[in-house]
Amino acid sequence: MLCDHCKKNTATTHVKQTVNGVTTEMNLCAQCAAQQGLYTSFGNFGLDLGDFWGSLFAEPSKRTRDDSVRCPDCGRSFREIAECGKAGCPSCYLTFYDRLLPSIQRIHGKTQHTGKTAGKAEEQVKIEHQLAELKKELERCVTAQEYEECARLRDRIRALEEGGDVQ
Amino acid sequence: MSNTKWYQRSGNQGDVVISTRIRLARNLQRMPFPAAMTVEQKKAVADQLFEVLLEREGESFSHIRMNTLDELQALSLVERHLISPEFARRGEGEALVLSADESVSIMSCEEDHLRIQVMRSGLDLDGAFQEADCWDTYLDNRLHFAFDERLGYLTQCPSNLGTGMRASLMLHLPALQEKGIVQQLSATVSKLGLTIRGLYGEGSGSKGAIYQLSNQVTLGITEAEAIENLKGIAEQIIKEERHHRQELGETLAAQDRIFRSLGILKHARLLSGKEFMSLISQVRMGVSLQLIEGVTLDQLGALLVDAQAATLSLANGDSPDAAKRDALRAELVRECLKGV
Ligand SMILES: [Zn+2]
Ligand SMILES: [Zn+2]
Repeated sequence: MLCDHCKKNTATTHVKQTVNGVTTEMNLCAQCAAQQGLYTSFGNFGLDLGDFWGSLFAEPSKRTRDDSVRCPDCGRSFREIAECGKAGCPSCYLTFYDRLLPSIQRIHGKTQHTGKTAGKAEEQVKIEHQLAELKKELERCVTAQEYEECARLRDRIRALEEGGDVQ
Repeated sequence: MSNTKWYQRSGNQGDVVISTRIRLARNLQRMPFPAAMTVEQKKAVADQLFEVLLEREGESFSHIRMNTLDELQALSLVERHLISPEFARRGEGEALVLSADESVSIMSCEEDHLRIQVMRSGLDLDGAFQEADCWDTYLDNRLHFAFDERLGYLTQCPSNLGTGMRASLMLHLPALQEKGIVQQLSATVSKLGLTIRGLYGEGSGSKGAIYQLSNQVTLGITEAEAIENLKGIAEQIIKEERHHRQELGETLAAQDRIFRSLGILKHARLLSGKEFMSLISQVRMGVSLQLIEGVTLDQLGALLVDAQAATLSLANGDSPDAAKRDALRAELVRECLKGV
């Protein structure tokens, strides 16, 4: 039997759910079950499967069908992402951030990353710290009327802001 | 570097924890995810990966283009826990990087551009994470991974957003399985953001009583928190398993099963994979209870990999048929247990 979700792999998990008096049954492959947080060996994990039936990226109908907004990098629309349950490229998440957020919240329970920061962002944080220090120093110099030092500091701040990709 | 593979040594808490795995999902910026990539794009990612690893001195890696492997070689990689079963389909453009002791592997263009994986024997979440983290930083400095301050590492599937980290422990739970406790366990750990599933085969009672315990949630939790959480639950499971093993080990019925299993393994001339898995599980429990002497957990750990169908066939030249393979397996097992 093929998986009802991806229609590709063999289904190994049977899921049954009654929503508003209507019983729905579904057969899923290990991958799709895992994606939904359902693991095969032990059946129902007590999740609210009502969330699942829409699709991974369930959203009230109309907007979903609107294909006018597309990811600038890979060209996918929100509908296309919702249909396959996968983003087309990293930029999809930024393009459709607001619309993807409810699903992300459902999967993880949270929406703000708290773990490791990738290099570029790390660098940016470092530059921001440096800038804050320099600006504090500049204020002190202005008050102390150390004009030569002020000019030097302004140059450094400008260089950091331009080179460091900081607004 | 010696030829010893990571799975040939048993580690910390080795009676219950067979191995530790950390896997990080990472992607390059401005490149479609694997499902939407052309073969040329996939090859370009593999080329970049190979190149930056060559710059790293003192480490030697095998660079493997998946479509150059035959089916048996690919399946053996699955049996050694180095690649996913999906990756064994050997798609064009997909590649694997493998350290000499096979403890570090990187899949290129599996579900994400890179899956960085570190394996350790026994319970060693901190050690495995540190090593994976180190490779991640090294690669990020050169390849620049896709990252968003709100969503963390951007991955093809939203279930890996955030840290992109999946930490797993491979556990041997014969006593908890026999007493039907594993099923209750799964409901409990899911409430704590973890999952447990049978590693070999589905349904109640995984073949060989081997289970995989992993973190489920990756967004809104730090790597350290996820690892502490997993470690805490694992320690309780280990304690429970040991307690029930001791209890079982004192019964004549369990002792009988353990020694009958040993008897069959020591003398059988034909062993199917399925029969081997259930018998070796009993023997492994017997060794941990010190009922059986003359074979170590290290040796059994290596046997668990070497007796799997593809790895076994590969070690014996061509691809033998099922009956020949069962004979080879029985021979390998007798050799391993000859000191008992
Ligand atoms: Zn599926
Ligand atoms: Zn995109």
